[in-house]
Amino acid sequence: MLLLLQTALELGLISSLTVLALFLSYSMLNVCDLSTDGCFTLGATVGAVVALSGHPYLAILAAMGAGILSGFITALLQTKMGISSLLSGIIVNTALYSVNIGIMGNASVLNMNKTETVFTKMKGLLAGSFLAGQYKLAVILLAVILVAVFLYFFLKTRLGLAIRATGNNPDMVRSSSINPAFTTIVGLCVANAFTGLSGCLMAQAQKSVNIDIGSGMVTVALASLLIGQSFFQKGRIGGKMIGVIIGSFLFRLVYTIALSFNMPAYLLKAISSVIVVIAISGPYLKQQLPNLIRKWRSGNAGRNPGKEEI
Amino acid sequence: MLDIQHISKTFYPGTVNEKKAITDLSLHVEKGDFISIIGANGAGKSTLFNCIAGVFLTDSGTIMLDGEDITMVPEYIRSRKIGRIFQNPVLGTAPDMSIGENLALACGKGGWLSTVSKKEKLAFREKLASLDMCLEDRMDHPVGLLSGGQRQVIALIMSTYNPPSLLMLDEHTAALDPATSEKVLTLTQDIVAENQLTCLMITHNMQSALSLGNRTLMMDQGNIIYDVKGPEREKTTVSDLMTLFKERSGKALDNDRMLLEK
Repeated sequence: MLLLLQTALELGLISSLTVLALFLSYSMLNVCDLSTDGCFTLGATVGAVVALSGHPYLAILAAMGAGILSGFITALLQTKMGISSLLSGIIVNTALYSVNIGIMGNASVLNMNKTETVFTKMKGLLAGSFLAGQYKLAVILLAVILVAVFLYFFLKTRLGLAIRATGNNPDMVRSSSINPAFTTIVGLCVANAFTGLSGCLMAQAQKSVNIDIGSGMVTVALASLLIGQSFFQKGRIGGKMIGVIIGSFLFRLVYTIALSFNMPAYLLKAISSVIVVIAISGPYLKQQLPNLIRKWRSGNAGRNPGKEEI
Repeated sequence: MLDIQHISKTFYPGTVNEKKAITDLSLHVEKGDFISIIGANGAGKSTLFNCIAGVFLTDSGTIMLDGEDITMVPEYIRSRKIGRIFQNPVLGTAPDMSIGENLALACGKGGWLSTVSKKEKLAFREKLASLDMCLEDRMDHPVGLLSGGQRQVIALIMSTYNPPSLLMLDEHTAALDPATSEKVLTLTQDIVAENQLTCLMITHNMQSALSLGNRTLMMDQGNIIYDVKGPEREKTTVSDLMTLFKERSGKALDNDRMLLEK
């Protein structure tokens, strides 16, 4: 059970970086960034290749840099080239598949079993202390805290406020001397840097990358985000951010527990899809329900004779 | 100050829906002018505003603001000098952000990575307190929870926080109830007078078109058909305006709202 909890915590916290990325792009900027899958994999492959060449720390920066580049292109397509935001995400995602295979040297799997990573570095650092067994968690926690604190203060700056306003009321932004193209570009670059970091840590934690590491990540992260937001609906930004991190952990926890009850692992993506559907359409259906009941009742009570039901 | 020379704007050119919204319009606005603009629906009033603000570029002609040619300048750069309030109170504020955060966006001092200082927050508070609407105690409330009138007041404060060279009001009180409308209009006058703003105001209220400001324009079919200021304007009455409109445009000013509000 404890092991289960730990796995859930590790995986949940690593994906919480992607969830924080979506918190910025989806909740704040109101852009559903569908390049997330590809960008996650991009972070993983770039991080793996750089780590394999013997630079574990540089791998982190390279993965984030690659994420920024990917976010920049996605943002450029939707702000300057007249492509809708959903489509630009899909286009970049598709292109990233080729890019990722290319980065891995025309392979679809890379093994990092004997590679020095930030995790092995931390393992060496903590060897002998009482935290020795938790070296993975230590690295991940550090990353999540750094990213969360950065994002918290970033959203408080004028640029952060402008990004939030862009997502909240683009009409107002355009008439108030802020260039919405600029805020969208910055927002997506920052968000995708987090996604890249998330992928990089995931690859290094499981000591391997395959081309499918990020597939369905956007739905998994969205499910976590929505779970987290349902707990912290009215809080301020800080509370909401903690909420989505907890949401990410909860999602993985439920999933890991289900796995221990012999649920087949391949169901993860279907479950996350169902969660996203429930979380998004739930409030809508709840609102519609009274009308549906009314319609049903009146339909039963006062049918017009002679009129065909359509 | 604002100098518009022979601008034209046609929507959907070359199609069956072709609409000549502005036709060879020229207008010179002096610094400190407060101009009210009236005209029937579809006369081109809002299009004129959108041309000046840069929502779209004109097909021809030039627009100069403060001696600078802004004909081809993008909207967000023009917005540094032009403040706008729309008829729909929803357009001027970000609903999920607090009053304080909205004002912080508007005050726009400091670099991109700076945060709002305590001093600025205090200044926001004072500004809100001066309105006497109890808004100063609700700085952390999302703007979306406020009424239309309150939102319009916040929008007004925001677009004039750093006094713009030109303030454009597009029927900004039309969606409010009469009492609130009156209050917002008074506040507008105060702010314009205090900062000596140059102001263009579209209105459907013929009475306030004549009583507010120092010059009145009447528009029809994408051009200015009547322009009055000074002593002549003081003598003009609402019924004069109606007659004038009929004479110059060849049709009655049959806008329900205008008739009701005269």
